[in-house]
Amino acid sequence: MANWVFIGLRTGIRTSPYPRRADLAPGVSPGRPAPAVAYDEAMAAAAEHCPVDAINRRGSELAIDENRCVHCSRCRSGADRSGIPWESGYEWGAYTQPAAAREALDRRFGRSLHIRFIDAGACGACMSEARQLNNPYYNITRLGFFITPTPRNADVLLVAGPISDAMRTPLLKAYAALPAPKRVMAIGACAICGGVFGPSFVCAGGLRELLPVDVVVPGCPPPPLAILHGLLVLVDRKPPREPPKEGSATPSSQAPQESFP
Amino acid sequence: MASSPLEVKSGPVDVLEIAPARWSGRAAVTFDSSARVCRMETRVEELHALCEWLTAEAGYVFATLVVEESPAESWSLRYLFYAPSGLRAEVLVRTEGPHPSVPSLSDLPEGPSYDWHEREAEDLFGVNFPGHPRLGDFVLHEDWPEGVNPMRASFDAARRLETRESNPRWRAPLILSSPGSFAMPIGPIFSDFAESSHFLLETVGEDVVRTVPRFFYKYRGLEKLAEGRPLDRVLLLAERFSGNAAFAHALALCEAAEEICGVEVPQRARVLRTVLAELERLRHHAATITGICHSTALGVAASQAALIEEDLLRLTCQVAGHRYLFGALAPGGLCFDPGEAQCERLKASSGEAAQRLAQLHSQLRYSSSFLDRLEEVGIVSREAALSYGLVGPIARASGVSRDLRKLCPYLAYETCDFPVAIQHEGDGYARLRVFFQEAQTSVAIIRELLNELPSGPVLAGAALTPRSGSAWRAVETPSGAAFHYLRLHRDGTVARYRVTPAAFVNWHGFHLAAENFAFQDFPIILASFGLSNAECDR
Repeated sequence: MANWVFIGLRTGIRTSPYPRRADLAPGVSPGRPAPAVAYDEAMAAAAEHCPVDAINRRGSELAIDENRCVHCSRCRSGADRSGIPWESGYEWGAYTQPAAAREALDRRFGRSLHIRFIDAGACGACMSEARQLNNPYYNITRLGFFITPTPRNADVLLVAGPISDAMRTPLLKAYAALPAPKRVMAIGACAICGGVFGPSFVCAGGLRELLPVDVVVPGCPPPPLAILHGLLVLVDRKPPREPPKEGSATPSSQAPQESFP
Repeated sequence: MASSPLEVKSGPVDVLEIAPARWSGRAAVTFDSSARVCRMETRVEELHALCEWLTAEAGYVFATLVVEESPAESWSLRYLFYAPSGLRAEVLVRTEGPHPSVPSLSDLPEGPSYDWHEREAEDLFGVNFPGHPRLGDFVLHEDWPEGVNPMRASFDAARRLETRESNPRWRAPLILSSPGSFAMPIGPIFSDFAESSHFLLETVGEDVVRTVPRFFYKYRGLEKLAEGRPLDRVLLLAERFSGNAAFAHALALCEAAEEICGVEVPQRARVLRTVLAELERLRHHAATITGICHSTALGVAASQAALIEEDLLRLTCQVAGHRYLFGALAPGGLCFDPGEAQCERLKASSGEAAQRLAQLHSQLRYSSSFLDRLEEVGIVSREAALSYGLVGPIARASGVSRDLRKLCPYLAYETCDFPVAIQHEGDGYARLRVFFQEAQTSVAIIRELLNELPSGPVLAGAALTPRSGSAWRAVETPSGAAFHYLRLHRDGTVARYRVTPAAFVNWHGFHLAAENFAFQDFPIILASFGLSNAECDR
């Protein structure tokens, strides 16, 4: 008979230092294209490969719409992976609305937030990354986040996938069952804007068509630490991703129609 | 009919030798020696007899049904088969008109393996299969209007059908078979991280008599979206419809495109593709083992397995730049070369993962409380597995030794010597053992191939020249055999892309395992199948 208590103790503590310190372990995040870079000929050529039109030229810079980006690496292809530079990191969680329009969650949710995960047509990668939140590395329970099996006990809907039509009604019913105050998080390019699947004859073009989305975590898929950052943003324990500075060449400042309703 | 035509007794007959004589006047038989495909075109009336002969006497196994409509209302139905000899066969029938009708093959001994393919074709194309016991709402649920078939050429994929709203009061129809029983619905939103699917358990209290599953909550219309798109865009779809087996599915698509366009993949890329495919299998199996430990509430073991899984995800990210291998493949080779240092890391780290998995396996073997939950739970018999045409680890746990890496070797599997994991009990524990064994095999293959990694480029020098044509590929994905059929237009856009993933076939057999069990075993049976709904639903 294996002594599981002993096996567990012998493994020691593997928990990520995040959010107290940055987690620098290799492979925790694939990174993503740097949000805005001054470009040269080679980079402009690489930008042409973007299959989801996430790279736009703005003056002397290339601006990346991180909500659309599906991490396909086309913009850095070639054996040496040259092209658009990618940045490391994972603090990608962002509010969809400016601070003035937001209603803050009560401080009490900061250490006890219950989350209902909804698979609305997710491919399995977003789901797998969300599932990793419960593994010993990330262990979100230590931070007061709990995954619950029923929406009636939940404060947050964590939604992945492009919202397939058959999941519309279940999703709306789950949202209705959530007690107020309720919050909604969209993780991954599919849930944010439809990704490579939506909008189509059987998929919505993202969760915002159905529900008011509070926080988005871009990525394809967003790594576990990015989802964790999104949760921390939601309860005000981490600042959201830096809002674009005035005059900076990012899509959200230059193209207001791209921002969320 | 012979009592057990499913068993291959004397090895498969070479179709080429006898098929022309046997079917002279009834089917036109040609053989494409370069693709090793035997093509047989026949009339609708002969289809039943020909498929019966091919499976019962020639020993072929049904792979998939490809329906094509080109031009409008001109139908071709292609039944694809493969044989343990590595040969493949295609049976083609053509029909015309707005209401095509082809006899159902579901009364054959291996009828269940045609069953879901015919239901899918009926739903998506509006092809009728007289003789099929149950056609109707399948992929498209009850809210979808009758007579609208999204895969037809006349259907616009960009248009939303505004008329449809699913009915919140919907209840699955179920005729209860046992006295005093009631139906217990589960899903589509259930458990902590379960994928969206619906199960109706017919139960008499503690004991569940049978399970009626309902899938396709996640139907995203992959095959329809692919039509008319350039190959490169379809590759994005192939990677992203099932993230757990992204590399394997993208590989099947790339190989089919390379066959059509006549591209020679450099040897180094072929070997590295094999290595990455095995790395994905290793991670997939580690995740499944995590799921099984989790389902039995053996917390420490689940944590140990989850650590291995996360370590493999991080390893994959370091080697390939993405935790799920998205963006690694391109038609013609690979998008990147991991280089010497990463290959060394891969060799060392995968070896370490294998050691940790072996240790976990030996610890689990001596945990009687754990074994009690798995042994004799969720049994799939060998006969049922053959009849349903089950594939992958689930078939191999039921004594069906089918592994496409051995049967129809592709990539570098021809040069590799590896054992096919096989168990005979068909229960949850047998499946767990298969997952453990295959994980070890994957590591052995990775290490063997990396020891003799050829040098050279990883991407074919010349860009892919588009050609019109079609090809199909059989690839052993982590959850079993998957078949990808691709037809390209002259300009390189996709005319038809048919994907039959392993989960589609294996979910069909799920109800076999979910019969007469105690209620609390349901999550364990579910976890021991380790199947993805995203992959099944497409």
